[in-house]
Amino acid sequence: MEKLVHTFPPRREHETAHGHDDHAHHDPGFWRTYIFSPDHKVIGIQYGLTSLGFMLFGFFLMLLMRWQISKPGVPIPLFGPLLEKVLGSAAPHGALSPDLYNSFGAMHGTIMVFLAVVPLAFVAFSNLVIPLQIGAPDMAFPRLNMASYQAFVIGGVVMLTSFFIPGGAAQAGWTSYSPLATMIPTDGQIFWLVGMVFIITSGLLSAVNFIATVIQLRAPGMTWMRLPFFVWAQFVTSFLILLAFPPLEAAAVMQLMDKVAHTSFFLPTGLAVGGQLANVSGGGSPLLWQHLFWFLGHPEVYVLILPAMGIACEIIACNTRKPIWGYKSLVYSALAIGFLSFLVWAHHMYLTGMGTKVAVFFQTTTMIISIPSVIILTCFLISLWGSSIRFNTPMLFALAFLPMFGMGGLTGLPLGFNISDVHLHDTYYIIAHFHYVVAPGTIFALFAGIYFWFPKMTGRMMNEFWGRVHFWGSLVFMNVVFMPMFKQGMAGMLRRMADGGANYSAAVNSKAGAEVIGGLSRNNMELHTWILWGACVLGLVQIPFIINFFWSIKHGKKVDSDNPWNATTLDWQTATPPPHSNFPEAPRVYRGPYEYSVPGHDKDFTPQNEPPK
Amino acid sequence: MNNSMTMNGGHSPGEVHSVRGYIFVFIALLAGTILTVWASFIQFGSREINIAVALVIASVKAFLVVAYFMHLISERKMIYLVLGFTAIFFAGLMGLTIWSLSPNSLIHIQNVP
Amino acid sequence: MDFPYIVEPRRDTGLYNAKLGIWLFLASEVMLFGALFSAYVLLRVGADPGMWPHGWLNVYIGTANTIVLITSSITTVMAWVSCKQRQFGRFKFFHALTILLAMTFVCIKSYEYHDKFTHYEITLASGKFADGHLVEKSKDFDLAKKTGRVTIHGYEVEHEVELMDMQRPEARNIHREEITIPATDIKKMERYGPWHHTYLAIYFTLTGLHAFHVICGALVIGFLWGPGSRMWKTDPERFTNRIEVSGLFWHFVDLVWIFLFPVLYLL
Repeated sequence: MEKLVHTFPPRREHETAHGHDDHAHHDPGFWRTYIFSPDHKVIGIQYGLTSLGFMLFGFFLMLLMRWQISKPGVPIPLFGPLLEKVLGSAAPHGALSPDLYNSFGAMHGTIMVFLAVVPLAFVAFSNLVIPLQIGAPDMAFPRLNMASYQAFVIGGVVMLTSFFIPGGAAQAGWTSYSPLATMIPTDGQIFWLVGMVFIITSGLLSAVNFIATVIQLRAPGMTWMRLPFFVWAQFVTSFLILLAFPPLEAAAVMQLMDKVAHTSFFLPTGLAVGGQLANVSGGGSPLLWQHLFWFLGHPEVYVLILPAMGIACEIIACNTRKPIWGYKSLVYSALAIGFLSFLVWAHHMYLTGMGTKVAVFFQTTTMIISIPSVIILTCFLISLWGSSIRFNTPMLFALAFLPMFGMGGLTGLPLGFNISDVHLHDTYYIIAHFHYVVAPGTIFALFAGIYFWFPKMTGRMMNEFWGRVHFWGSLVFMNVVFMPMFKQGMAGMLRRMADGGANYSAAVNSKAGAEVIGGLSRNNMELHTWILWGACVLGLVQIPFIINFFWSIKHGKKVDSDNPWNATTLDWQTATPPPHSNFPEAPRVYRGPYEYSVPGHDKDFTPQNEPPK
Repeated sequence: MNNSMTMNGGHSPGEVHSVRGYIFVFIALLAGTILTVWASFIQFGSREINIAVALVIASVKAFLVVAYFMHLISERKMIYLVLGFTAIFFAGLMGLTIWSLSPNSLIHIQNVP
Repeated sequence: MDFPYIVEPRRDTGLYNAKLGIWLFLASEVMLFGALFSAYVLLRVGADPGMWPHGWLNVYIGTANTIVLITSSITTVMAWVSCKQRQFGRFKFFHALTILLAMTFVCIKSYEYHDKFTHYEITLASGKFADGHLVEKSKDFDLAKKTGRVTIHGYEVEHEVELMDMQRPEARNIHREEITIPATDIKKMERYGPWHHTYLAIYFTLTGLHAFHVICGALVIGFLWGPGSRMWKTDPERFTNRIEVSGLFWHFVDLVWIFLFPVLYLL
């Protein structure tokens, strides 16, 4: 007689990680437990800590750049002499040379996007939470998971090493446009491309793992429409990574060939470098690089935001004690965003001479994709209506995520229209737009997620007071840093200028003074100083977070139960921290993920795996 | 000690296991190869026709490999969903890029002497 | 610990984990090679009229390689069928053939690469072009110092465009002979490497990446044929699944070549 329901194999109470029946009681030792562990929770924490380290480093690069922008040529206090000692003539007298500024700019972008936010938002959180939330013992391919982390580390090391080679790190922006990227006389571009290949491979393997896990390892009763939205968001993100990254990998291989084998994939006929005809075959297309890059580049931004939306959803549901409004809308919107994100990429290329028909096509798809994003935000906002909001630190960050991401998203609209983008492209307006989405947007959601899931992994709460200090400081100073950039951008200040636009300022170009057509006003230039000090305070305000994080691991307030937030999802229905294979036996799911304040129940939440009465 | 073996040994029912079927596909693939080489020597009116003929033959060969050697024809919906989306995005990448860069679409093309 | 669906499939998807995993990976590989194919199309469409090469690759060698890969595909299927029928000896036989065919493919490809690297296009001082395979360089041959001579087996043409379309009917009548050129007559001398023309760039990149996949696939199959086959004794069904999963990868490699061959060799 066939069984109608999947039956998980039952699991033993105290397991070791490695699945050999005869080794039930062996101690894996330090290396297998903490460094070479196939356990998704360990890998998630490894990714989390590594990516936070990269984020700090990328932030630091930005501080050095902002000093240079605000005070061109002035030696950097404290770190200037160190830079000069390590990097030599690239940092004359402790100030940034223009080439060094460019390389910091390129690496800040690369590190923040590929080594910090994506590994944290997508890989770390997925690893930590997905198997728990779907009731699985681990990821579908634990050893592949471990290999993903190792490839990520290798890629990161290659990127970091590039700072110290002659010629310095990559200097052609995080977008690495040809022919500049090929013609810059530094091997840093080669390191960048090789690093990217490792990072992309790592991401692809993770994506395969997560998709297979969500499809195959859902616990009995966990149907698709009972999945927490976090899982849906990461599932769609995985598809974006799976299908959008390979063209960039192909393009990276081709740009590597251009650099190392002197091919002309992206080098046009008649290319001249330094006044001389370049000794290449020509016949290539610089635009081809841009198309292949942005084919990833656009889905990439949804890779940055979707996990954040997923995290925000879990925290909002839990801390409003209400079901999320519009679960189905959220799911279909996430799927729509995923699908449409592949069809909008050339809105990054409006200024490349494309014809009207092509521009209109991409403009239309770009406008359409804003709709599901708004739907998601609206569902979250409506969820707040009539709820009992618990204002703890994760909830504060999740709440702030909504207007911050909203501003970032809305300021994207003039960029999506060809006609207004012609004026705003490559200005500080763009910088403000995307930083709003990622910095007080995604990163706030990531902070929220760290505060929220910290108790599950450590059994202790992070300190609430310092969490609030971290929150308010970050919120205020993120806005101090990025809000002025909208004004600067609309006035025409271009990005990636090592002197912060001083050469284009009215002070240099005219005797008249403040507002002069054709020159950046003194007001706009002075905003650089505001931004610099705002960024410094923003950095200082992260220190309580860092201390709080590490201190609370051993000394935080102990949780009073396995489910300190009284949440409904499966990740909170297991031991703290979860053992290897997560659940003593497979959970059986009976209901959806957000059954909060259901009438007729004595508790204001009903876990997904609680048997019906 | 190990997991139980199901009757189908891990495959959906209706799986083509017959060796004769595989041999038939093999011969079809060889025939397709000979055919495409032979067709490439024929001077049709324009190169476009040669390209079309070659791509059609290649697609038929590809279908045979994917459907029979890779057993796709006996898989269930899940795999089709994944591959279907892949096909759409692949078509989008090729189609939209080519459309964007075709001479008709560009605003102006600079001729380098 | 019993991890679900390693061997038996999950009922609603009909798949065991590794099979889904490899198909997902293959989907990403479709996008990878797809991007390279789209690069090919763009480079070809964007080339100056008449300056895109045809017939620079030996069709017969390419056909031979195609047949080698197709045969390796059928041996891969038969290896899996043998596992399903629990005939270990036949599995070993068929996959040994697969590995041999893979090595044959790589050898033939190496020969083709070598052929390109010994093929030169020489721009003469007169503005004409000499094109052919290297026979010998004199001991004192130095292009920078303009000393010595080089001997190629080839022919001379007036314009570079005449070197492009080798499929045109007149190309069959080209008479190749040994030509000796003193270094003083040579303005530029370049091998048919990836730097020489974007066609060669995409050819070497596409076939190089493909060959890398052939080698990796052969290594995996080789491992399963050798030390990995120990699993046959303890868990034959799981081993069979591994043969199927590696086989799927191998078929994909064959699939890429099915498109590479006409696109690069015939069109």
